[in-house]
Amino acid sequence: MSKIEDILTRYRSGSHESLIPILQDVQVEDGYLSEEAVVRIGAFLGMSTTKIYGLATFYDQFRFAPAGRVHLRVCNGTTCFVNGSAPVIAAMKETLGVEPGQTTRDGRFSYELTACMGGCNEGPVVCVGETFHTHVRAEDIPEMITKLKVLADLK
Amino acid sequence: MQFTIEVNSKSIRAEKGETILSALNRNGIMIPTLCRMQEYTPTGACRMCVVEVEGRERLVTACSALVEEWMKIRTHSPRVIKARKTIVELLLSNHPDDCLYCDRNLDCELQKLSDQLQVRERRIRGRKIKPRRDQSSPAIVRELSKCILCGRCIRVCEESVTATSIDFIGRGRATHVGTAMDRDLNFSSCIHCGQCVLVCPTGALHEKHYVTEVQEQLSKSDVTRVIQYSPLVPYALADELGVKYQRDFDRVLNAVLRKIGFEKVFLSGAGTDILIKELADAVEAARKNGEKKPVVISACPAWVKYCEQFFPEFLPMLSTLKTPQQISGAIIKSALAATEEKSSVYTVSVTPCTAMKFEARRDSMTRKGISDIDTVLTVRELARLIVLYGIDITNIDPEPADEPMSQRSSAALLAETAGGLTESVLRSLAIRAGGTESDKSAVKKLRSGNPFREGSVTEGDLTWSVAVVDGLKGFEKLREMLDKGSSYDLIEVMACPGGCVNGGGMIPAGSKEAVRQRSRFIYQADEQDAVRGPENSATVSMLYDDTFIQCPELTDRHLFHTHFSKRDVLL
Ligand code: SF4
Ligand code: SF4
Ligand code: FES
Ligand code: FES
Repeated sequence: MSKIEDILTRYRSGSHESLIPILQDVQVEDGYLSEEAVVRIGAFLGMSTTKIYGLATFYDQFRFAPAGRVHLRVCNGTTCFVNGSAPVIAAMKETLGVEPGQTTRDGRFSYELTACMGGCNEGPVVCVGETFHTHVRAEDIPEMITKLKVLADLK
Repeated sequence: MQFTIEVNSKSIRAEKGETILSALNRNGIMIPTLCRMQEYTPTGACRMCVVEVEGRERLVTACSALVEEWMKIRTHSPRVIKARKTIVELLLSNHPDDCLYCDRNLDCELQKLSDQLQVRERRIRGRKIKPRRDQSSPAIVRELSKCILCGRCIRVCEESVTATSIDFIGRGRATHVGTAMDRDLNFSSCIHCGQCVLVCPTGALHEKHYVTEVQEQLSKSDVTRVIQYSPLVPYALADELGVKYQRDFDRVLNAVLRKIGFEKVFLSGAGTDILIKELADAVEAARKNGEKKPVVISACPAWVKYCEQFFPEFLPMLSTLKTPQQISGAIIKSALAATEEKSSVYTVSVTPCTAMKFEARRDSMTRKGISDIDTVLTVRELARLIVLYGIDITNIDPEPADEPMSQRSSAALLAETAGGLTESVLRSLAIRAGGTESDKSAVKKLRSGNPFREGSVTEGDLTWSVAVVDGLKGFEKLREMLDKGSSYDLIEVMACPGGCVNGGGMIPAGSKEAVRQRSRFIYQADEQDAVRGPENSATVSMLYDDTFIQCPELTDRHLFHTHFSKRDVLL
């Protein structure tokens, strides 16, 4: 919690415009926005936590649970979309049973949708850590996840 | 300044600075609206109210655009109708379509719009929203799949109730109305006031129903079935059932309730009379003991929860006296169960309030796990119960309520409007000082309708200063005044703007003026009543002189008091 206090010293209390930058800083620091963090930020800015949560969920970038032991990034860029990323994203939802930004209940997986990752010619692209998976198809997802379970359990 | 604009090829007069909608309405042209609420700044979000303005490429939202002198408007051209119809079709495209089983069947704005615009086939098919029903709160149920995202509840909760418990969560298809961290309502800062229920156009928000539970209990032969109702209930019920209210309707209701199967019918207003008397005692005692802090009335359970979570520093000032519902409840269970087991007495309370459903579950409202009030019904629910039992209310002879709580004063009715309880206490203080009535001009000030009102009244050689918060929007002003050093003997806070007349369990009034109209009815009824305060209520005398003495549990009246504590919720 002391780290959040450090972050807050950089901002003016009560200024609602600082909300998004503060949330970004806290997320970089903690990896996600914890309930305590949201409450503290609310008190600092004089804003209801409901409003903060409402605004934060408008942006894909914020998450409210710590990331899974394996975190996947699925490209949501235009070219990947044209190459068929929508069914891939749907398969990800289906296989993991959670929405982007959420973490599976066993703590193994989380995934997010990102902007173009620079691999357009090879799309759709899914990235795990430093590894890029290219030309991913929806039917590849269940197997990919099964394999990654091993990795998750090693962590 | 007035000028002429052209509407559907005819001239109408418009007022500079007014919206197109207001000019049209005044000239007898109705336009459907959805996100708009009277007395709130328009957002133009839903586009249901669009009209065609010559020279403008896009259709214009009549609820938010202002009239201008050059305007030529078409309100029902094929293009406009098509646009409105498409909006409704889009809203219906992912709607659950279970209207027949819906809480708001036949009373739904979406249904009405789709009928008015003659939507007769499903042209647009969307993926249905996943049903999600939040039943966590004892007072309010949320059915998220029925929500059409008009945003009215969010605005009411933020701008009028100032609890800001709900907001739009997420974006795009995933958008829904939710609480902080998307918790269930019971774990949020919601104070169960039900103001959001009053404005929801669909069945997405409604009170939690207990009609089935009541039915079940009514069919049991081994329980004593008891019902009590708030002073406002007969008046509100008459309105809901479509009959003209007359004073005798209170007594008709007693007969109706007995027909349904209740063995005993009591008036919660007797509890209000006790509260008035005890509050007057408390205010007098505070003065005698030279106490500096005011007596803050805690008769509104929504305000109490608000205070517990947002302003715990106020709690020591709160009067520990229970609400009328709970005072009556305690008396009923104690007085009746002197001879019977308490658990075999089943008590229903009918109120204009949703927060009372929550209140009845508070831990200090139960004794050894048995609640003083078992079930709380809103006026709307009682109307349903009466219809369900097929009772023709126009054809019933009036009957008195049961002893020991068969009578209420008009002061108890007065307490159903914001500021009324304060007036009633002042009236009692006036009578104690040898008068009959408190100073009319001071009382008039207390009826102004502003969110914050204050005044002082001199009774005999004592002067009392009072403050009234009429809707929580006025609370900030009270804090400001207290910070500035204002001191009061008595402070009343009502969460719902207007008071219980605009409670979450009432029939939606629709406008501030309609709420005022209900208050005016109360003021009039109060003028005409013979029993105008606890001092001349035979019921109150009997309770104090007889019932409380006979019944050991009631003798020291500790059952009329409760306690409050800080509440941890996400604010
Ligand atoms: S019941 Fe009152 S506090 Fe709760 S969400 Fe509705 S308006 Fe807000
Ligand atoms: S719950 Fe009702 S009032 Fe609130 S946004 Fe949905 S439809 Fe509108
Ligand atoms: S759009 Fe997916 S990598 Fe560029
Ligand atoms: S009613 Fe005018 S935009 Fe919603």
